[in-house]
Amino acid sequence: MSTAATTETKPAPTAIEKIKVKVDGREIEVPRLIADWSGKLTPTTMIQACELAKTEVPHYCYHPKLPVVGNCRMCLVEYGMPALGPDRKPVLNSDGTPKIAKMPRPAISCATPISPGMEIYTTTPAVKQMREGVLESLLINHPLDCPICDQAGECKLQEYSVDYGQSASRFVETKVHKPKAVDLGPRIMLDAERCILCTRCIRFTKDIAGDDALGIINRGSYNTIATFPGMPFDNNYTLNTVDICPVGALTSKDFRFKMRVWFLKETKSVCTSCATGCNVLIGSREDKIQRYTPRENDAVNGPWMCDAGRLNYKWIGRDDRLKDVLVRGQKTTWTAALNEISDKLKKSQAGSVAIVASARQTNEELWLISKLKSKLGAISDSVARVGESDKLLVSADKNPNTNGARLTGICFSEIGTSLPQIANGIASGKIKTLIVFGEDVTKHGIGADLLGKLDNLIVSDILPNATTKLAHYILPGCAHAEKRGSFTNTKGRVQKFMKAVEAPGDARAEWEFLHDLVFNVTGQDGFVTIEGLFNAMAADVSAFNGLTWATLGDTGVTVKI
Amino acid sequence: MIVNRKPLTFWERLYLPAIVGGFKVTLKHAYATLFQGKVVTMEYPEQKWAVPPDYRGAPYLVKDQEGNTKCVSCQLCEFVCPPKAIRITPPGPTGKQADRTNAEKMPAEFEINMLRCIYCGFCQEVCPEEAIFLQKDYSLVGSSREEMIYNKEKLLALGGVSPGIQKWKLKLEEAKAQESFPVKL
Repeated sequence: MSTAATTETKPAPTAIEKIKVKVDGREIEVPRLIADWSGKLTPTTMIQACELAKTEVPHYCYHPKLPVVGNCRMCLVEYGMPALGPDRKPVLNSDGTPKIAKMPRPAISCATPISPGMEIYTTTPAVKQMREGVLESLLINHPLDCPICDQAGECKLQEYSVDYGQSASRFVETKVHKPKAVDLGPRIMLDAERCILCTRCIRFTKDIAGDDALGIINRGSYNTIATFPGMPFDNNYTLNTVDICPVGALTSKDFRFKMRVWFLKETKSVCTSCATGCNVLIGSREDKIQRYTPRENDAVNGPWMCDAGRLNYKWIGRDDRLKDVLVRGQKTTWTAALNEISDKLKKSQAGSVAIVASARQTNEELWLISKLKSKLGAISDSVARVGESDKLLVSADKNPNTNGARLTGICFSEIGTSLPQIANGIASGKIKTLIVFGEDVTKHGIGADLLGKLDNLIVSDILPNATTKLAHYILPGCAHAEKRGSFTNTKGRVQKFMKAVEAPGDARAEWEFLHDLVFNVTGQDGFVTIEGLFNAMAADVSAFNGLTWATLGDTGVTVKI
Repeated sequence: MIVNRKPLTFWERLYLPAIVGGFKVTLKHAYATLFQGKVVTMEYPEQKWAVPPDYRGAPYLVKDQEGNTKCVSCQLCEFVCPPKAIRITPPGPTGKQADRTNAEKMPAEFEINMLRCIYCGFCQEVCPEEAIFLQKDYSLVGSSREEMIYNKEKLLALGGVSPGIQKWKLKLEEAKAQESFPVKL
């Protein structure tokens, strides 16, 4: 189990001794101990010191969030230690500085701990030669089928070959051929020829995902990654192995041959499949989402995400998306529809309006709804979604923003408890107007017969359902990838997400038209941008006090819930 | 910077000497064309121009000697194309298999907008499969803009065959030869 799943900031560690080392002649201070993949403090290694010194050391098998094995030899560096005399005292140069004895052999920087006074050399001719040698050896049996390889463009073998390799191959013999397009599991395809046997995937699935599914079989040049016979590589985290695979050996069946990665626009976003709120990058090209990849955030998901969340994007581009503003089935404009709704809401009696918001909406939208709610004296609630959780990332709460709904006062700590009250209100004729956001209330106790009794059913949704069919007003909304906003995750992490693609047709971000609606009904104004809206919300909602859109940064801020 | 115009001399202000000089050139060429047969124009389109061998005409897709599509949809030409004339639809995970067993993929659709193409030849230069060549066509016509977007079928038909080393076939043969090795999966 990795640190990835722990959201809370760790208690302030006891002061760790700092030691001085030199990287390529520059002296830096680094902590003697540093947290390893499991969060345990272990002696700082040379590669970590180089990283702190902003010196790049190429590596394949080393991954900061995986156990160190040191098998690829790409991170070899030369180093020196302060020379000790026969009296075990440092030998000094004539100018008083300690004399450095260069070690006769190089060391793999990923597995060699640093010690005080150590000097690391990453640019010597010998290091350059070693890197060339390692790359030449890795390329001996590599098929060089980059034109048909999905990894091309984000392949470490390509990158390091350009940066550190030789320009020409000296290999004239026949390459060893291994199986191509091996079906490893329901979501993973293996090309054994491309594999450089770094074992990152094996370590990930064994140590992080806790499913010891992969291993290496055969000997020598015939080494191959494989599963146990008859046991497909199938757990909820398999696609992370595609991310960490430095070459194109493991590829995603979902993304296979879909788009070259250099065409993808990467947008920082948040996964909405559960309340964990894993940070993701949305890869899109020309308003079509091609893939999700995890974005590192040690406070939430580390560098990982689950397969279910990663593949849950296809509904965004569905053809049956709601695209038109409809008033009683007639297509109209946003202005006309919003004016009509505002007039009706302004004239409505206190207590005759109920709101069913969605915990899939953003903090800002829920806050705007809460403004409507208090002005209209409305009763509001949302819908709970409960599923299975796991030990690593998946939360049992399948709404991305349940805590946002609670903090903005849309629902009580127990979500969905007011729904029967709304149903009764409609049945008794007390509630005449129902505003629904992104939920199919017919599945949650407010059936079609009850909806038929309403004077006004105002529905905003993304995809058609039984509720939108009965709606008097349909306001087409946006998926999270089509707008900006923020979610509060299960641990109270407020995280913002950016817009990746344009919404189809007339669909408009909910916060935009909610702002117009709130302005028409209550007269409140002053937040026509998402930044202004967030800042106004943060000033109003006590839990968010002190936050601004800018201070959320890319990885969010944890608030008390 | 101010450049002062030189005043015309008396000889230049007469005009006539320059006109006479001009007529001399015109009449020299008229004589060469009419009486010496030194024709510099061509009766296009009845007469056609002999296209030089390294001419950069319209880019077309080619097939290998076995009639298979050479393009593997790597999309480098699409990326490098300065006027963004090329548009490739990759096969995706469920697309049609490549013509050649070992090449794994080929484009589902390949479009070149010939109105956008500037005949720079970058696509030919960048192609790792030698699948696209600038050929000799220089006079492309169509009656609509849509007609000038050539699709994969049209590009392959116009491109013809360009024999090559068939590296994917070689790889497959190598792999097959190794199947009889002692170590088997």
